[in-house]
Amino acid sequence: MSEGHFLRIAAAVAVGTFARLIMLRSDYRQYPSYPHAYVVHLGLGFIAASLGALAVPAIVTRNFMAASILALAGQQFREVRDMERRSLEKLEDTELVPRGTAYIEGIARVFEARNYLAMAAALATSLVSYALPLPRGMAVAAGAACGLFTAAVIRGVFGRRVVGDIAVVREGRIRFDGPLLSVDGIVLANIGLAEARSIIETQGIGVVVEPKNDNARATLANVGQRQAIVHDAASIMGVRVDVSERDFTPLMRLDITTGRAGMVIVPMERDIEALLEVVRRVPVIETSVRKPLATRAGRIAAD
Amino acid sequence: MHIGWAGIMDVTLEHVIAAIVTTRRDRAGGGAPIFFADDEEDLHRMAVYLARILDGVVHDLGGGTFIVVKH
Repeated sequence: MSEGHFLRIAAAVAVGTFARLIMLRSDYRQYPSYPHAYVVHLGLGFIAASLGALAVPAIVTRNFMAASILALAGQQFREVRDMERRSLEKLEDTELVPRGTAYIEGIARVFEARNYLAMAAALATSLVSYALPLPRGMAVAAGAACGLFTAAVIRGVFGRRVVGDIAVVREGRIRFDGPLLSVDGIVLANIGLAEARSIIETQGIGVVVEPKNDNARATLANVGQRQAIVHDAASIMGVRVDVSERDFTPLMRLDITTGRAGMVIVPMERDIEALLEVVRRVPVIETSVRKPLATRAGRIAAD
Repeated sequence: MHIGWAGIMDVTLEHVIAAIVTTRRDRAGGGAPIFFADDEEDLHRMAVYLARILDGVVHDLGGGTFIVVKH
């Protein structure tokens, strides 16, 4: 292999892997939260970047067989989604407040897609570095710049929307009507024990999520979206729940007349602003997104 | 596994009554085990114990009847 190819391919692989790295976010919401998961995803990102980087030189050197095999290899990344889904589903039983299948599906899809994006960044790099009629060093530099630009654009475009974008999140007032727990008039559950009621009244926080439009209302009505909110709130703020202590399982229910959603949680950390921020930053799950306003009937109904 | 998950999500729909505790013998009957309590205090204590044992949640039906529901 000539040095020209080597430099271009190496640059493309590096840019692609870097693109995967900047997409590898990890707060409590995103699931890779331990070193092994980082290695798995960076490893896959490296392979994806290599595939993207090799496609152009394979064609340039008229090695069409290699190009076809690379295209086939790209298909393997479908496995990534399956792998993520399976492992998260297996862990679901061990979560006190489960993620829910919709959230898992969303996470799995994002992981699959990020590998394709790493591939795209690498492909852009090698394409430009081969196509520009410049001295080798400059062509590679231009290619790398173009690849990084692609990665940045991808990151901007594919940045996920969050609940705070589609809804107003504010504190709600917790009330008991006999055993019935409600927050701002949205009835959530029947709490039988007087002690549990007094703990909820003193330690609990009520949250109301008001959708900004009809699209948001339909998205919030999705059970998976609400479970994702509850899961994130519980995993970040802590929650007073154990296997045999289910009284304070956080719940989110709809006000079916207005589409507002109400939640009550008894967190470990009683910090209202922090909780509201957590709820605002829960990702809008791809599979929960509904767009009634994109249809004619939906727009007419919204008037 | 999915059933377990749905059970937690749909508290009002997917529940199973694991036990009934009541102070009034004329107020409960049917398929779930029924425990008769002597008074309010006894009722309360039994409901808490049963909820712990069964990993359930206590709900108040009013009129001196509690049910323990597995979600």
